[in-house]
Amino acid sequence: MTRTLPRPPGALLGLVLIALLVLYAGVGPYVSPWSPTDVDYGALSEPPGAGHWFGTNRIGQDVFAQTARGLRKSLLIGVFVALAGTAFAALIGTCAGYFGGWTDRALTFLVDLFLVVPGFLVLVVVAPALRGAGWVAYAGALAALGWMLTARAVRTMALSLRERPYVAAARHMGVRPLRIVRRHILPHMTSFLITHATIATAGAVISEAGLSYFGFGVQPPDVSLGTLIADSTQVALTYPWMFFFPTGTLLCFVLAVNLVGDALRSALDPSAAPAEVPA
Amino acid sequence: MSTVLELRDLHVEFGPGRAAVRGVDLTLRRGEVLGLVGESGAGKTLTALAALGLPPRGATVRGSVRLLGTELVGLPARDLARLRGRRIAMVFQDPLAAFTPVHRIGDQIGEVMRLHERPRPTRRAARRRAVELLTELSVPEPERVARAYPHELSGGLRQRAMIAMAVAGRPDVIVADEPTSSLDVGVQAEILAALQDARAATGAALLLVSHDLGVIAGAADRVAVMYAGRVVETAPTDDLFRAPRMPYTVGLLAAVPRPDTAHALTQIPGAPPAPGERNEGCVFAPRCPVAGPECDSTVPVLRGVRPEGAPGHSVACLRPETTAARAAADLYPTSPPPQPRPRGPVTALRVTALRASYRTHRAVHHADLEVRRGETVALVGESGAGKSTTLDRIIALTAPESGRIEVLGQDTAALTRSGARRLRGRVQIVLQDSAASLDPRMTIARIIAEPMEARRTPRDLVAARTRELLTQVELDPRTAGRYPHQLSGGQRQRVALARALAVRPELLLLDEPVSALDVSVQAGIIALLRRLTSEPGSPACLLVSHDLAVVRQLADRVVVMHGGRTVESGTVDAVFGRPRHPYTRALLSAVPDPAPRAERSRPVRPLIPLQDVDLSTGCAFRGHCPVHRRLPAEHRLVCERDLPAPPATDGAACHFPHTDEGVSLRGRPAAKGHPPAQ
Amino acid sequence: MAGRALARITRSVTLLLVSVLVSYVIASVALSPRAYFEDRTPRPPASAVDHELAELGLDDGTPVLARFGHWSWRALHGDLGRTLDGGSVNAEFGRRVGVSVRLLLVGTVVGTGLGVLAGVWAAIRRGRLPDHAMTVLSFLVLSVPTFVLALLLKDGALSFNEGVGHTVIRYTGESTPGRGGTWPSRLADRASHLVLPAATVALGAIASYSRYQRAATLDVLAAGHLRTAQAKGLTPGRALLRHGLRVSLIPVVTFFSFGFLALFTGSVFVEQIFGWPGMGSWFLDAAQKGDVNSVVAVCLFAAVAVLLAGLLADALLLVLDPRVRR
Repeated sequence: MTRTLPRPPGALLGLVLIALLVLYAGVGPYVSPWSPTDVDYGALSEPPGAGHWFGTNRIGQDVFAQTARGLRKSLLIGVFVALAGTAFAALIGTCAGYFGGWTDRALTFLVDLFLVVPGFLVLVVVAPALRGAGWVAYAGALAALGWMLTARAVRTMALSLRERPYVAAARHMGVRPLRIVRRHILPHMTSFLITHATIATAGAVISEAGLSYFGFGVQPPDVSLGTLIADSTQVALTYPWMFFFPTGTLLCFVLAVNLVGDALRSALDPSAAPAEVPA
Repeated sequence: MSTVLELRDLHVEFGPGRAAVRGVDLTLRRGEVLGLVGESGAGKTLTALAALGLPPRGATVRGSVRLLGTELVGLPARDLARLRGRRIAMVFQDPLAAFTPVHRIGDQIGEVMRLHERPRPTRRAARRRAVELLTELSVPEPERVARAYPHELSGGLRQRAMIAMAVAGRPDVIVADEPTSSLDVGVQAEILAALQDARAATGAALLLVSHDLGVIAGAADRVAVMYAGRVVETAPTDDLFRAPRMPYTVGLLAAVPRPDTAHALTQIPGAPPAPGERNEGCVFAPRCPVAGPECDSTVPVLRGVRPEGAPGHSVACLRPETTAARAAADLYPTSPPPQPRPRGPVTALRVTALRASYRTHRAVHHADLEVRRGETVALVGESGAGKSTTLDRIIALTAPESGRIEVLGQDTAALTRSGARRLRGRVQIVLQDSAASLDPRMTIARIIAEPMEARRTPRDLVAARTRELLTQVELDPRTAGRYPHQLSGGQRQRVALARALAVRPELLLLDEPVSALDVSVQAGIIALLRRLTSEPGSPACLLVSHDLAVVRQLADRVVVMHGGRTVESGTVDAVFGRPRHPYTRALLSAVPDPAPRAERSRPVRPLIPLQDVDLSTGCAFRGHCPVHRRLPAEHRLVCERDLPAPPATDGAACHFPHTDEGVSLRGRPAAKGHPPAQ
Repeated sequence: MAGRALARITRSVTLLLVSVLVSYVIASVALSPRAYFEDRTPRPPASAVDHELAELGLDDGTPVLARFGHWSWRALHGDLGRTLDGGSVNAEFGRRVGVSVRLLLVGTVVGTGLGVLAGVWAAIRRGRLPDHAMTVLSFLVLSVPTFVLALLLKDGALSFNEGVGHTVIRYTGESTPGRGGTWPSRLADRASHLVLPAATVALGAIASYSRYQRAATLDVLAAGHLRTAQAKGLTPGRALLRHGLRVSLIPVVTFFSFGFLALFTGSVFVEQIFGWPGMGSWFLDAAQKGDVNSVVAVCLFAAVAVLLAGLLADALLLVLDPRVRR
C-alpha cells in the first residue's frame, strides 16, 4: 500500500484559501472604494495605506481593485481551460483506449504530434491572430494545447478498464458499447478527471500568466494577474507592492489548488503519480 | 529432536485492538515439516512473516519468536539481517513478485552466498555456485535458468529457483508461504518434491503454510490449524486427518471435495470474524454447532486431548468431548451427492474441430465438445491447455478461425449482428473472480438487473425477478441495496450466479466458478450449483475448471484438454475411474488428496518432458508421454508418425489407450524392464 | 529488438516531419511578415514589400503548401532560409543553439539528478521531518510559475549584489561581453552567468522529479521483492539500494520525456528574463516580428529536442528494465 493518507490540514488550508480568493475576485471590486479603472491623480505610486489598501500603481489606479479584476479574469480563464481541456482529453482518451485499433493509432499519433511541438510556442505564434477575439478564444487556444497528457492518462485507464471482468461480463450480456462506456467506464474515471481538472486549473492560470507576461496573452485594456505582474516587474524593487500583491495572489491560488488537488488525488486516486510540472 | 523455532503468544496487530494474529503458539523441531493450514484471513501468512521478523508496514508484533534460542522480537535490524538467509529463509507465494525483476536469477541466488559466507565469494564464483545449486536441486537447464531474468521463466521454474535461493545459505529453518498455490497440479507436485529434496539436502526444518489441505496432508509431519488468528488444533498429520477434534477442523475436512468420488459436502455457515472482532471467548463460537454459553466468555487454550487422543494432539476447544464420536454430517448442514442423470437428446452446444489463437500464439489446435440440454459438461486441463481460449471463442459468438461452433442450434459463423444479440440473452457466463466481475460502483440490485435491461425487460418485472433470484441463490433480499465490497467472496459469487440466471438462459458457461473461494465457502457454492443445475428446466452447463475434485462434484461428463487438443472425453465415472489417455492418468494422479495415508503411498513425481522432440508430426503428447517411452520401437513409430484421431463421444486421442493401467505413471518406472502391454 | 528500435525511430522521424509541416502552416497563417515591412518609416511602396517577401520565400500570394514545399526542399539541403532582416537563419541558429543546449543540458542533469536523490531521501524518511520539508518545498516551487521564479531570483541577486557592494552573482547574459583572458577565466565567467538561469530551470524539475521519485520509491518499498531481499539477509537500507532503486527509476524514466517538455518551456522564459541569446529569446523576438522562417527553425529545434528526449527515455528504459527487451 503506497496510499498516502490525505493530509487534512493542507487540504483544508487550500480550500479556505480558494474560498477567500474566489470571494476576493467576486466581491472585491464592490467593497473597495475604488473601481479598477478609477484613476486617483492625487496618489500616484502610493504605498499601501488607509486610502488604498494595496497602494496604487504609477498612474494612480488602485492595486486592490486591479488585482481583484485580474484575479477574476485569471480564474475565469483557468476554470474554462481546465474544464474544456479535461472534457476534450476524456473524449479523446476514452475513444482511443476503449475502441482501440485504428482509432487508437490515429488518436495516439495526434497526441504525440501535439506533444512534439511545445504548446507554448504555438500559443505565442497564434496569440497575435487572436487579438480582438476576446478572452474566450484565447482560453480556447490554451485548452486546445493542454489536453495531451490527460488524454494519455485517460487512454491508459480506459485500456485497463476495458479488460476488467465486469466490462467483459457486460459485453457478454449483450450490453451495447456506448452504454458500457457510460455505465462501466466513465463512472470509474470521474474521480481521476475531477482531480485532473483541479490541478489543470492551476496549470492554466500559470500558463495564462506566463503568456500575458510576455504580451502574448490577455490584451489591454483587459487585465489579468499576468499583465499586472508584467507591468510591475520593472519597479518590483522600487515599488514592491505593485509587484507583490498580484504575484502573491497568483502564488496563493496555485498553491491552494495544488494542495486540494493532491489531497483529492490521494483520497480518490491513490495509484496516480504526483503533479505535473506546470510551465 | 531439538526445537529450532518457537513462537509463544505471538500477536500481530494493525493498530490497537485490531489483531490479525491473536496469540499463536507453535513449535518447530529440527528436520520436521510443520504444516500451517487455514482459510484466507486466518493469519497464517502474517504468522510466517512475523517468524522472520518481517511484519508488513503498520503492523506491530508482540510475544516471542525464538530462533535457535535467539529472541527475534525486538532484535535490532542489523542482527536480524545476519540471521535471515543463513539461519532462517523464506519461500514466497508469488515468485514473480518476489524476485527482483531487473537482476538475473543466478545473481539473486548468488547474493545469498555473498552475504553470508566468509571469505566472501566473488561475484563470478557465487554465480557458478548458484548453477551448481540449481543442478543439485535437479532444475532442468540450470545454466539457462541462472542466466534468465525472472519474467523469462515459467511459474514452476521460478518457484524452484526461489527454493534454491532459500537453501543457498544452508538455513536451519525454511518458511514456505503457499509455495504451490497459483500453480498447476502437475507443477505443484514438482514444487513439493523440490521442497522435500531441498529439506533433505540441508536438514532444515520446514514451516509449510498453505490453505490446501491436500498439500498439507501430503507433505507435513505435523499440522497446526489456524482460525481467525489463533491455532485451534495441532496434531501429527495422520491423527488430525483421521480424528479431528476441533469442531472447525471437523467441518473443514468434510468440506473438501475429493476427486475419487462425488460425495456429500459439509458447509460451515457464517463467516470468520474480522481482525479486532470477537476479542473475547472462542473465535469460532458464533459458527460452532456445539458451542455453549461458556464459549462466549472464556478463551480456550490449546490443551492435549489425551488420554483418549494421540500424543501431541491438542485442541483449543472448551468442549472437545462433544466431537469425539460424531461425524461432520451430524454437526453441519450437508448436501447429498448428485444422482447420475441419463443423457438428453438435444444438443445445446457443439464445438467441432475448433482452432484458435490467443494473441499471436496458436492456443487451440483441435477442440471438440458437446453439451446436451440438462447436463453439465466439464472442460478440464492445466493452464495453457487451451480451455480458456475455447471458452472465449464460444462466448464471442463469432465465426472461429477454423472449425465450427453451434450454440443452441445456431452456427456462430452464420449469425448476423442482431442474431448474435438475441442469442446473448440465451447464453450467460459466470466468471472466476467475483470481486472483479461485479462493477464495484453498482448496487447488487443494479448488477442483477443489467442483463434484464439489456433485454429491455419492464422495470417492475425486473424488481420482482431480482427478489426472486436473491432467494434462489440463498441470499437475504436486503442484499439488493448493498455494494459488492460489502459482501464476502461466497456472497459475491452467488450474486454473479443470480445475474447469470436472471434472463433464464438455456446455456450457462461457468469459468472456474469456485476456484477463488475458501474451502468452507466453496462447499456452499458447489451445493448451490448442484441444486441449480439439477432442477427441472435448468440450463445446460459448460464448466471450465482446472480443479478436478470440483469437477468430480459437479459434472456429468468430462472433456480433457492438453496442449490445445481434446485428448479424452466421457462420463465422469469413466474418465475419473478408468482414464484411457496417459495424460488424464497423470493429471488425476497429481491431484493432492486430503487423506494422508493414501497420499504418502502414492509416488507423486513430475512428468519429465523429453528434450528435442520434433512435434510437427505424430502425437503431440509424445514428448511428455510415459507410455510412449516404454513402448517397443515399432509401436513408438506409430506415435511418431500419426496424429491420434480426436476422441469420439467417449474415448481418448491415443494410439495405445489403457496401456500401463494401474502402474505409477508419474516419473520413475516402478520396475525396470516392464513389458509393454500391447 | 532492432526491429522495434527501427520502428521507434521511424515514428520519431515521421512525427518530426509532420510537426515541421504543422508549425510552418500555423506560423505562415498566424504571422504577418508584411506588417513588419509596411510598418517601417518611410512606408515602402507595396511592390517593394512584395519583392522583399518573395525574396524571403514569404510571398503571401503563393499558397501556404507551395511555400512549404519550396522551403522544405531548401531545408532538406541544409538551408533554413533567411530571417526578416535578410540574415541567414542557419547562421543565427548556429550562434544560438549552443547557448540553449547548455542551459537545457545543465538544467536537465541537475534537475533530474537532485530530484531523484531528494525523492529517494523523502521516501526513506517517510512521515518524518525531511519528508515533510521536501513535500512543502516542492509544493511551493511547483506553485511558482517559472517566470516569477526567474524574476524573484534575479531581484534577489540584484539586492544581494547591492548589499555586498559589487557584482557577485551575474544575472544578465550568458557571458560578459568583450571579456578576453585565458580559457579557464572565460569558463569561470560563463559558469557564474549560468548559475541563476540553470537554478531556475532546475528547481521546477527538482520539485516534480522528487515527487515522482518519492511515489515510485514508496511503491518499491512495499513491493514483494524488497521483502525477499530482506529475507535473504540484507538490511532494509541495502535492500533498497541493491534491489529497489533501479526498479523505482523505471516509472520515473517514462516521465522523463514529459518532464523535458516542461523544462523546455521554462527555458524559453529563463532565456528571455536573463537576457540569454538562445533559441527561446530568438523565438519570442521572431514571433513578435512575424519572422516565419526563424519561428519554424526554433520549432524544428524544439521538436528535435523533445523527440531526442523521448528516445533517450526509451533507451534508458531498455537499460534499466530487462522486461521491455524482447
